[in-house]
Amino acid sequence: MILPLTKDTIQVYREQDVVPFRGRVKEYAVKIKMGLVGQTKLITAASEIVRNMLKYANGGETTIEIVSRGRDNGIRLTFDDKGPGIADIPLAMKDGFSTGRSLGLGLPGTKRLVSEFDIKSEPGSGTTVTIIMWING
Amino acid sequence: MERIPILKLGAFLLVTIQIDLYDRLALDLEEDLVAMVEKTSVKGVLIDISAVGIVDSFMGKILGNIGSMCKLLDAETVVVGMQPAVAITLVELGLPLKGVYTALNVDKGMELLRSKIEIEDIVEADDDDDTSLN
Repeated sequence: MILPLTKDTIQVYREQDVVPFRGRVKEYAVKIKMGLVGQTKLITAASEIVRNMLKYANGGETTIEIVSRGRDNGIRLTFDDKGPGIADIPLAMKDGFSTGRSLGLGLPGTKRLVSEFDIKSEPGSGTTVTIIMWING
Repeated sequence: MERIPILKLGAFLLVTIQIDLYDRLALDLEEDLVAMVEKTSVKGVLIDISAVGIVDSFMGKILGNIGSMCKLLDAETVVVGMQPAVAITLVELGLPLKGVYTALNVDKGMELLRSKIEIEDIVEADDDDDTSLN
């Protein structure tokens, strides 16, 4: 059972919104005393997803939550966009696949960095990515 | 507009990234640095990322690109001062930055650059000897 403790919403529609967003994620991670490696992985993962969101969907809404699961606390980030959606999620999750000119590490790399990763997409109506980083893995 | 300063230090260029990079800034740095290498015809570039807390796949790609571009202009690139947490994250992300040289700090990076350039000089000098013998 995952309980949300706080909730904060940030709009990310321009490239300049990314640095403040990353700063806010760090603030929350520090608040729950996440280790430096965990923080770095979480913020890097967030940075990858936000870049995808800006590139393919012209931005979207992000939610930062402190969540609790028994004795463990964590940060849950939700990225919600109204872009074109992803037609083939298993393909998008493959290392090295990209429809753009990137390295194709974004989604699969992000999944490796965080504790939990979920992606839902509806072609034509948008994509929602949710990641959780627990303090104790 | 924000720009990352590039300093000329003897035979090298030194870039110290003190702020959180965003994509535009990283792209500008790539362009400025390559232009500067051409203009000053230095043999080495030192990029200090000790103050950078986050390197994601895009910034990693830019660092790799800078290394490859400078190589084409006959300059070696060394990235110094990577934080351990950044190293862990980059490898797990799948981006081990194979194309660039790295060193623990600026001093060690300078040493590495000097040794690379010296080796090249020696090889070149040897080549000269060969031609004089013929």
